[in-house]
Amino acid sequence: MLRAFSVLVMTTLVATLAWAATVSGPAPAFTLQSNGGQQVSVASLKGKVVMVNFWATWCVPCRQEMPHLQALYEKYNGLGFELLAVNVEKDNVEGARKWLEETPVTFPVLFDPNNGVTKLYKVQTMPTTVLIGRDGTMRFIHHGYKPGYENDYQTQIRALLRE
Amino acid sequence: MKRHILVVLLSLAVVRVAHAGVLPEDRADVLLHSYDGGGVTIQGPSLLVRKQFAQKFSVSANHYVDKVNSASIDVVTTASPYEEERTQHSVGLDYLHDRWMMNIGFTNSEENDYTADTFSFGISQDIFGDLTTVSLGYSLGNDTVGRRGDANFSEDTQRQNYRLGVSQILTKNLMVGVSFETITDEGFLNNPYRQVRYLDPTTPQGYSYEREVYPRTRSSDAGSLRMRYYMPWRAAVHAEYRKYGDTWDIDADTFEIGYTHPIELGWTFDGRFRTYSQTKADFYADLFPRSQYQNFLARDKELSTFASQTIRLGASYDIMRSGWKFVERGTLNVFLDHMMFEYEDFRDLRVTGVPPGTEPLYSFDANVLQFFVSFWF
Amino acid sequence: MTPTKTLVRAFAVTAAALTLFGCSIEPWVKPYERDRLADPIMSFDRDPVSSAYTGHVYEAREGARGATGAAGGGCGCN
Repeated sequence: MLRAFSVLVMTTLVATLAWAATVSGPAPAFTLQSNGGQQVSVASLKGKVVMVNFWATWCVPCRQEMPHLQALYEKYNGLGFELLAVNVEKDNVEGARKWLEETPVTFPVLFDPNNGVTKLYKVQTMPTTVLIGRDGTMRFIHHGYKPGYENDYQTQIRALLRE
Repeated sequence: MKRHILVVLLSLAVVRVAHAGVLPEDRADVLLHSYDGGGVTIQGPSLLVRKQFAQKFSVSANHYVDKVNSASIDVVTTASPYEEERTQHSVGLDYLHDRWMMNIGFTNSEENDYTADTFSFGISQDIFGDLTTVSLGYSLGNDTVGRRGDANFSEDTQRQNYRLGVSQILTKNLMVGVSFETITDEGFLNNPYRQVRYLDPTTPQGYSYEREVYPRTRSSDAGSLRMRYYMPWRAAVHAEYRKYGDTWDIDADTFEIGYTHPIELGWTFDGRFRTYSQTKADFYADLFPRSQYQNFLARDKELSTFASQTIRLGASYDIMRSGWKFVERGTLNVFLDHMMFEYEDFRDLRVTGVPPGTEPLYSFDANVLQFFVSFWF
Repeated sequence: MTPTKTLVRAFAVTAAALTLFGCSIEPWVKPYERDRLADPIMSFDRDPVSSAYTGHVYEAREGARGATGAAGGGCGCN
């Protein structure tokens, strides 16, 4: 019985091999308040390549990822790349601001305390990074962060910028 | 059991789901421990260092020493107080690959009459969107038992541990875990010094001693359930229950409950209460009716019927909150445990002049102190 | 087979089945709701150097062993 079970499991492996990092459809529109006090809307950035990164101060990989996002922003912002970091914490604007003082970033940090946008983008892991093309459709999605992902981000940003 | 573990391992190997865990944090801990109870004092340091490298590996190393001064109940009644030092070294490697976390470890323990080498392997994977973690582990130990003052005495024993664990996030405030462990031992399983006593009217005190004889195998099963709950005012409650049984007929229950409460200014307080009870091994007796009464004979109080309770109070203080050079943060910690043991069929043989088997039942208290500093970098 | 062995076997098969079908279950605690669970006070093992020592203190004086979450090792604490 256990042998038959193992065979069943192997079959499922083949079936689930289609786990992909691509995503499709128009990027859901949203407007959130930034740490600079402005209302930022993703729709207004159409025509540019936009990365939306969902993060939280309590999430270790999110914190590890930030400096890499800053590096990518500095490199490609002038070429039409925008980055929006959406903080998903319900009640921690102060904590997030304090953390950003120690690890400053120059891209807008948006706050989604009611998690409306987080649910809109069906965030499944922390962090989640979505890349949106110039035409406003979602192209790539990354679940979580592991060292080395920033290389994939760079490759994908360059491909999207060329469009 | 082994076959089932292989099946689960295979199943884990083929599931492609969201991400496995994160490597453990880099840290260094320096612990000073002290045990004082029942005529025994044991002190020493334990140093632990853990460091990530190549973003896939985490290495850990531990140096641990027990300096033993023993005038325990067994020692004072059948031998003389002794001093001994035990040194233990462990190294471990964690490897994070995709969805799996694997770890291997090696521990060596040395004292003048006992050497233990243990190799362990473990694997874990997060599934269900990281709400569940399944882990499996295996350890193999080879020990060499010696006897002080007897250069010709050398016996071996081998241990194998099989572990299976699942931890599950149930709500945003509650985590639970279930764990099973089967252990099999083979070889020389008793203490080469300990003796059993039997009724002997030919002696003044009414009893005589002879060597313990233990079975050459032992197999045990343990299952535990634990939970951790986040209280709305920022505190944590934990509880744990373990059931144990083995082929020596020992049954044991362990229950623990604890509370962790952080306050402003960087202090965190811990309190816990643990209660343990066990029934005796089937070849244990405090006093046998005659010499060589049965095939296997033991008078080790660890195999008797007894209950113990432990109360802990702990305090931790956050230090270096803004960091210092390469150190991100640190804590200063003190834990004090008070343990109480009460035996139901092990008697205090320091009391003489009474008919054998009517000596008072033995009990003792112990205080365990831990003082440690932890750094994260 | 002892009761515990039966339990373990049933458990192993269930765990394997769950990992197989688990792909399709939606996590009911969203990742952005995990802040409390990520708090260090919610860690099952906050201070490994201390819990390893405490485990050793108990195991050296009790007949029971195992299922404590530690990797286990041996010593001559006899």
